[in-house]
Amino acid sequence: MDNIAGHKSSLTWAVHISVVLLVALWLFPTVGLFVSSFRTADQIASSGWWNALFPTEQSLTLRTDTPEAQVQQDGVYVLEGNLFAVEGRETAPISSFGVSSRDISAFAPGDTAEMRRGGTITVQENGDYRVESEEEIRGGRGIRIFVTAEIPPEFTLRNYDTVLGQDVLKNLGIYLVAAVVLWGAMRYTLAAQPALVAQGAPVVGGLIFFVLLAATFGLSSGAAEGAQTTDDMGRAFFSTLTVTVPATIIPIVVAAFAAYALAWMDFPGRALLIAFVVGLLVVPLQLALIPLLKLHLAIGIGKGYLGVWLAHTGFGLPLAVYLLRNYMAGLPRDIIENARVDGATEFQIFTKIILPLSFPALASFAIFQFLWTWNDLLVAKVFLIDATGQTTVMTNQIVELLGTRGGNWEILATAAFVSIAVPLVVFFAMQRYLVRGLLAGSVK
Amino acid sequence: MHPALQGLLTIVIGVGACLSYFWASNQFLDRVLFPAKGPNAGRNINRANMIRPWLFLFPALFALTLYLAYPVFETLRLSLTDRDQGGAFIGLANYTQMMGESKFWEAMGNNMLWLIVVPALSTAFGLLAAQLTDRISWGNIAKSLIFMPMAISFVGAAVIWKLVYDARPPDAEQIGVLNAIYVSLTGNDPQQWLTIPFWNNFFLMIVLVWIQTGFAMVILSAALRGIPEETVEAAIVDGANPFQIFFKIKVPQIMPTIMVVWTTITLVVLKIFDIVFAMTNGQWGTQVLANYMFDKLFRANDWGVGSASAIVIMLLVTPILVWNVRQARKEMR
Repeated sequence: MDNIAGHKSSLTWAVHISVVLLVALWLFPTVGLFVSSFRTADQIASSGWWNALFPTEQSLTLRTDTPEAQVQQDGVYVLEGNLFAVEGRETAPISSFGVSSRDISAFAPGDTAEMRRGGTITVQENGDYRVESEEEIRGGRGIRIFVTAEIPPEFTLRNYDTVLGQDVLKNLGIYLVAAVVLWGAMRYTLAAQPALVAQGAPVVGGLIFFVLLAATFGLSSGAAEGAQTTDDMGRAFFSTLTVTVPATIIPIVVAAFAAYALAWMDFPGRALLIAFVVGLLVVPLQLALIPLLKLHLAIGIGKGYLGVWLAHTGFGLPLAVYLLRNYMAGLPRDIIENARVDGATEFQIFTKIILPLSFPALASFAIFQFLWTWNDLLVAKVFLIDATGQTTVMTNQIVELLGTRGGNWEILATAAFVSIAVPLVVFFAMQRYLVRGLLAGSVK
Repeated sequence: MHPALQGLLTIVIGVGACLSYFWASNQFLDRVLFPAKGPNAGRNINRANMIRPWLFLFPALFALTLYLAYPVFETLRLSLTDRDQGGAFIGLANYTQMMGESKFWEAMGNNMLWLIVVPALSTAFGLLAAQLTDRISWGNIAKSLIFMPMAISFVGAAVIWKLVYDARPPDAEQIGVLNAIYVSLTGNDPQQWLTIPFWNNFFLMIVLVWIQTGFAMVILSAALRGIPEETVEAAIVDGANPFQIFFKIKVPQIMPTIMVVWTTITLVVLKIFDIVFAMTNGQWGTQVLANYMFDKLFRANDWGVGSASAIVIMLLVTPILVWNVRQARKEMR
């Protein structure tokens, strides 16, 4: 298209603009969730997230200081202070206020309002108030005042603390730094090792270290102690991780051996077996649910981590064998035959030559399986989650939140974003392998 | 024990057991059963090499058979029996009961709608995105942003889109994008998009199209790059306009890839469960087969009808299965 003289400039512009539009359209929903997870409940309810950068008109329910603070001046009891200062909020210009929930904007700033329980209150535009009363002001808490104010944009990490447990971001940060330090140290000490070890080991080591640290001190304990963490996303985060990691690693090991046999060993029935694997690629796992659940219950595995690991292993195997066999079959024949002539056993050829050379394919499958197990809902619901509610995964937790807290967008958005964040990081870090795997899996 | 530690232990035991199985069985074969020395060395080596592939294959084959092949037949058997009568054979009674339910036909109808709309739209958007991004300097960034929803779970996507479809009372400020635009353009009252019969299906489908477009784009973009330059150049010399080049030169050449993308997305659609489960749970006329099946299995506890609906999904997948196997066999030759 761009080779046609005279058409180029206008068409190029059209292309640029359409791509911008397309990308914006695709990104917009996710950004909405991301932004919402940093806004307060009041802000989410009072304006769309695309207005997050602008001040919003909000109705707030504030309280005066507790009556203990009252003083007696010239025979009247006086309570003075600033409504915003009581809750430690930023001051905002008040446009109206009220003393009853039935008419929350009855008075303009500066007006003096009669209170139902006697006495008067005056509220200034900046939130300064003055309560005057003939009798002593009683009650354990401050007087409720309804205020409509222009609230400046505000972003907060409080939602994440609520969802995950106290100080979880700080903890995660510390673990992350520790893991990176370990990664650096391992890289340095392994510098003399073969390239693959030097690349792979620090990454795996750092990851395991991070998980261990977080598991031992972090999310789970925070969620158990934190009074607000009714939603237990912290625990679910850990369950998800516990489901995902073994369910990703075990099928790789099992499939790699099988793939080698299917690619490089000669035996009767090989073609038939490959066809068998290709056929199983598309079998819907819905068929497997009842028979396998019955089987698990019959042999005593029941519902739990072991069951879900086995199920994910079984369901991931066809793709693993298929991807790895295709990749291994493309490796140069010379290398393998030379090794055979030199007297290497098949086991040695596999572990020393094939496995290191197949790293890209192994990585591709690992990403697929990781994304699939992390994002899965159905398998976890059937094989993991029992009636006690002890184990859960984040996807299930979010579905339950959708049911019970459908209107609390700050909780929902944050919970959803926590579950999305990890796959997104993996996705952007290892996109190359993902694309390669997709191409190997479907374009033939 | 802490579940995370239990997980680590399982990795170590699982991987260790796999590796030691492979190592030990190979050792046993080479050292004990058919040692490559003594009077029968040659024959022993041949025998060992006949057995070895099966050692390598055994764990995978065992798991595949147990977790995927056996359930197909077991589900078929279950769909012909009745749980309440202790698993007695009742012929096609489950199927006739299922055929009599209006929810089943609603699910079938909706699944057919999904089957037409989602693969078509995903492939079309994917093709468009691939063609457009291939010719600009920041195309790779654009690609990875469009591709990104692939990493997001169906449940996460459901939350993202529920926020888009959110509706507030008419006098309140709308916080869902769709209603905000709708109200400001038409001045009507905001709509509960997910409860409008028939059309709510499309609002659910959009979520899957949003996820699958990136997949289609990546595959099709690779295919577009594989088109020989000469064919395009020849068309330009002959005076074809850009649209003619695209539809008459490029698209026909990547037709096989388009078919692959189409069938892959079709498979996803046939099994679609999470999006419907999380967003509407089949209410307001949005039921689909997989969710219907889940309902039967775990809410109604009716394993017979549940199995029958699983078999229906299997039947719908079978043509693709046959086609895939035939393609694979063709390549092998």
